[in-house]
Amino acid sequence: MKALMFGWEFPPHILGGLGTASYGLTKGMWECGDMDITFVIPKPFGDEDKSFAHIIGASQVPIAWRDVSREYVEQRIGNVMNPDLYFKLRDHIYADFNYMHTNDLGCLEFSGRYPDNLLEEINNYSICAGVIARTIDFDVIHSHDWLTYPAGIHAKQVTGKPLVIHVHATDFDRSRGNVNPTVFGIEKDGMNHADHIITVSNLTRQTVIEKYGIDPAKVTTVHNAVTPLSEEMLNLSVSKPKEKVVTFLGRITMQKGPEYFVEAAAKVLKNNHNVRFVMAGSGDMMDKMILLAAERGIADRFHFPGFQKGKQVYEMLKASDVYVMPSVSEPFGISPLEAMQIGVPSIISKQSGCAEILDNVIKTDYWDIDAMADAINSIITYPAMYNQLREDGLDEVNRITWDKAGAKVIDIYNKVLGR
Amino acid sequence: MKAICFYFQIHQPFRLKRYRFFDIGNDHYYYDDFANDDILTRIAHHSYIPAAESLLRMIEDSKGAFRCALSITGTALEQCEQYVPEFVDLLKKLADTGKVEFLAETYAHSLSSLADPEEFAAQVKAHDDKIFELFGVRPKVFRNTELIYCDDLAPQILEMGYKGVITEGAKHILGWKSPNYVYSATSAPKLKMLLKNSKLSDDISFRFSNPEWDAYPLTADKYIDWIANTPADEQIVNLFMNLETFGELQNRDTGIFQFLEALPRFAKERGIDFWTPSEAVSKLKPVGELSIMHPISWADEARDTSAWLGNKLQNEAFNKLYSVAERVRLCDDRRLKQDWYYLQGSDHFFYMATKHMNDGAVHSHFSPYETPFQAFTNYMNVLADFIVRVEEQYPLSIENEELNSLLTTIRNQATEIETLNKEVNSMRKNLEHYNEEHALREKAEEPAKPAAKAPAKKAPAKKAAPAKKAAAKKPAAKKAAK
Repeated sequence: MKALMFGWEFPPHILGGLGTASYGLTKGMWECGDMDITFVIPKPFGDEDKSFAHIIGASQVPIAWRDVSREYVEQRIGNVMNPDLYFKLRDHIYADFNYMHTNDLGCLEFSGRYPDNLLEEINNYSICAGVIARTIDFDVIHSHDWLTYPAGIHAKQVTGKPLVIHVHATDFDRSRGNVNPTVFGIEKDGMNHADHIITVSNLTRQTVIEKYGIDPAKVTTVHNAVTPLSEEMLNLSVSKPKEKVVTFLGRITMQKGPEYFVEAAAKVLKNNHNVRFVMAGSGDMMDKMILLAAERGIADRFHFPGFQKGKQVYEMLKASDVYVMPSVSEPFGISPLEAMQIGVPSIISKQSGCAEILDNVIKTDYWDIDAMADAINSIITYPAMYNQLREDGLDEVNRITWDKAGAKVIDIYNKVLGR
Repeated sequence: MKAICFYFQIHQPFRLKRYRFFDIGNDHYYYDDFANDDILTRIAHHSYIPAAESLLRMIEDSKGAFRCALSITGTALEQCEQYVPEFVDLLKKLADTGKVEFLAETYAHSLSSLADPEEFAAQVKAHDDKIFELFGVRPKVFRNTELIYCDDLAPQILEMGYKGVITEGAKHILGWKSPNYVYSATSAPKLKMLLKNSKLSDDISFRFSNPEWDAYPLTADKYIDWIANTPADEQIVNLFMNLETFGELQNRDTGIFQFLEALPRFAKERGIDFWTPSEAVSKLKPVGELSIMHPISWADEARDTSAWLGNKLQNEAFNKLYSVAERVRLCDDRRLKQDWYYLQGSDHFFYMATKHMNDGAVHSHFSPYETPFQAFTNYMNVLADFIVRVEEQYPLSIENEELNSLLTTIRNQATEIETLNKEVNSMRKNLEHYNEEHALREKAEEPAKPAAKAPAKKAPAKKAAPAKKAAAKKPAAKKAAK
């Protein structure tokens, strides 16, 4: 079966969980066999893993005809695209886009991030999608998250192939209810046009049904999984402080509930001094959190190391004794699974999607700082609790693999194709 | 000749309230009174009371042919006395018929038999006393918490004066053997063993109302037929179950009460008797010895102790609890002792199980907690406070042995003070005697004097002086003791 996937991020250049999940799922589906996947991203860097999917960068898709030689194309974009594909795509330009800001190859520029002119980039992406859809052969279209819904709809309208959209998050999660009407509009449009909707948790499924008014029969949950860690990451050696370390890792934004972590920390520190708290990450609430920690008088035990990436994330986790994710609303939340892979016991909010599939973690309501403080204290005080969660957690998380999720997605493809 | 030996268990733990770690050292009350009251009252009205009434009727209707045994933990009895005293009255009525035997067990439904023989003995004794106080009988047959049994326990049970012990007829122990005989313990051959017939017991307690079971619906005559059709030389069928089976595990409208009440009639038709456990052990000779190396129980698929001590959490909590056992026994704070009993309930450990599938479902059905981790955290917080209180009485910095010797010294001195006091008293008496005699003699010597006023006055004055001396002696003795 051939699938055309639209995504926004792809490892190793990722900004959030979306890239990790898209990568894992694609690879998991490939492992199920008999899958030919083309994955479109805004801007490839050339160091992506191409072993299981063809990667097409929208920034290399011509939308205006330029008379260029094969050698020139090879020299310009040979590292990310085969020149043959460039010329094939050039043959399928469907309108005159010369009025747009195209470059010497007739392509648009993409940042591949989340810039201020995001809506414009989304629109451009969808223009490129039209060219790609006309060029390559596929059975089903799969769009990851709202940024790529317009592209998916475009591809569907051009080819009449079924569209599956994958909801990794909704604007209700990102905004604690105060949705951006434009974003909501794009999301709703995508859901209406989709033949089937995949959500990453039952929590998100419920949001899609209730807040977007979608027929429940059209929405299926496929929980995310984790990619096994490399030996290098597992064997990282870090120096640990002599105190216990409790870690929060993620964007410091409203959605992630950082203030509850600070409040719980204050409760724990009142009775237990042998512990340090770390809030790693950055975000619009960071300054407020620094202020709050100072107000509670725990600044000497509460640390803000800033944004962590790549290997640093795993080093941070490895040095931790407890990982806490107090998200107010989390469609899935892959980070506790990563913490479990490293062998760090996790405390997660009941309002996160991963709580639906995890047993060997502690679940509390995000607002219940008493329960959270109690759980933190229990793990750092009682070795039995730490070891039980650590070992059974490792066992559990190693059984959550992407090929199982991939098989479910393939089932959905078969369903929309009427096979 | 065949007989059925019925035994019904009644147990309720003192469930703990939500106890956060910042309550440690501040709040010394641990129990969720509302939940305990609520659960016990519900079960009593759905099950205990109607079941006890049924048993009473069965005894009356069969003119005493029906007999059975009950075992009630101390913690359940305390809660019944507090919340449903009418049930305790019913139990007294049952006791008065003389057809209901009460079994011995640990007061707190504890796992002390696996940890601490001294604690175990003390709790069995406490339970015996409680049963005697309420029902006026002393138990003769022993049933350990959740039917836990192994060879190591047998000599102690025999030494405590029990003729028989009740345990599970676990398949991995029996192998080809049948549970329908009396066996004796390898490590104490005088102790007889009654084994639960798991198949027939579970037919009532678990399968009775299951429409997917091929023997559904189960009727009393069919059931008695099964028992009558067991091989002729198998003399006893031990049916052990929770009393909650009637009305709680099996709902009243499944017809479970009618089923129970119909059993004696059909049993009589087929010539089957009802015996209490002590009748069974005195009437029947053991057919062989049974050796049980590792502890067995009637819980979970595995029928071992993994329901309470199967994972790290449970073992940690268990070991922490019993690490202070000796110290708690040394002190005599009543509230501390009470908490000590309540915290030992096996249920607290049962809630911490991390089992899956069928077993996991059973564990979470009974657990007031959402997860085993929550159960552990809550219990450990309570235990931490409890240990703080024990330490307040006897600081951990003093070794157990040192503490013991100090306590012995104090006790010895107490007895010394007592003997000294006795001595003082007898001296005082002697002195009084002497004074009286002296007075009489003076009277006799001076009969000519008009009135005996003067010596009479003199005598009390004399008496007062030595009495003062004796009083002065007392604080001196106390000082010496310190």
